[in-house]
Amino acid sequence: MTTIPRRAWTRQIMGMPISLHVRGAELSIEHQVEQVFASLCDADALFSTYREDSQLSRWERGELALADADPALAEVFELCEEARHRTGGYFDARSLPRVSGAGRHYDPSGLVKGWAVERAAGHLAELTAHSWCLNAGGDVLVRTADGHPAWRVGIEDPFDRARIARVFSVADGAVATSGTARRGAHIVNPHDGQPAMAVCSVTVIGPSPLWADVYATAAVARGEGAASWLSSINEYQGMIVKADGRPSWSGPARVVKQDPDSFFIGSSSAFG
Amino acid sequence: MRRIALWLVSTVAGLVLLFSYRPPATTVTAPSPPPAIVATAPAPTTSQGTTLDNGTFDGTLVQTTQGPVQVRITVANGRIVDVNAIVFPNDSVRHQQVSSYALPSLREAVLNAQSAEIDTVSGATDTSFGYLESLQAAIDAAHRA
Repeated sequence: MTTIPRRAWTRQIMGMPISLHVRGAELSIEHQVEQVFASLCDADALFSTYREDSQLSRWERGELALADADPALAEVFELCEEARHRTGGYFDARSLPRVSGAGRHYDPSGLVKGWAVERAAGHLAELTAHSWCLNAGGDVLVRTADGHPAWRVGIEDPFDRARIARVFSVADGAVATSGTARRGAHIVNPHDGQPAMAVCSVTVIGPSPLWADVYATAAVARGEGAASWLSSINEYQGMIVKADGRPSWSGPARVVKQDPDSFFIGSSSAFG
Repeated sequence: MRRIALWLVSTVAGLVLLFSYRPPATTVTAPSPPPAIVATAPAPTTSQGTTLDNGTFDGTLVQTTQGPVQVRITVANGRIVDVNAIVFPNDSVRHQQVSSYALPSLREAVLNAQSAEIDTVSGATDTSFGYLESLQAAIDAAHRA
């Protein structure tokens, strides 16, 4: 196999590192790359909980009516409701602790990242001869052009970030990891208001970055029942690392494309 | 193929060692990993000049003291990307041990041993803290325009 040229762009947006890697014969694609980053900057201007002047902050202070806001706000609020229903209430944007200071408020951040990545990636849709990998603070979305190798996505060991716990070869789809290890327990079980501790990290693989991230966060919040819950979700599967350090699988491996290099690694179907 | 055969032998050896490990009869905590598993981590793909053929490769069926074991590896782009047991003891306790503990350990050992060439890293990185010394930063740097 000849080596396909590859190029990476990185930017700091929404308070996190964003990197875009593209493979292809022709890599003069600055226009599309700029559109991707501009879209993410726009999402930050709309939804940042750190910025006083974001539309979300202004809406929360009562200075901006939903009807007057960017339609994206209503869209995200609806998606948050859908996420609450899909996760049995384990993803709940309604009463999360404030980033700074005391009290609770509406915080759709856990969904906005995936939403923003999905929206931004739309600017790459026309690059059908290119493969690309968009990584937003550890949540990944990839596409692979015909004849290109799948992207090898390493999953960070939640106990030692210098180590890779597993590698997935993913041609087309999203990989999202949520966990409690990085900044202490920051995922709260909405049902009891307590930090979720039973599960250390959850990685979910599936078609949509928005839902992969939501499901990963909800699985961490759910704790003990996370594996069986994840295995009930069509098209998504997960790797769960419990607090005792043992990784386990929510479901059997599934071939996502008939390309022999493009599959998810998982337990053999013999393990059911 | 010779290297694959060698590798499978050592993998099966790992399983054999695992199976000879006796966990406490009743316990709520996980048994700590027997060091023998770590010792079986081979470096199968580090020899230069050759690559693995793509596909799935089955090891031979091995009778262990706990029952029959057969391992299958999957190779893509010349690298081992998955390790599974296709035959293993069918009582529920051993089954559980293999699926929840032995195979993840083996996979991890294999992947670390061949210093997996990864394209990107997924982790619970919500903020920029620590990015500069992260694996992702290294990958980005390697490909920056």
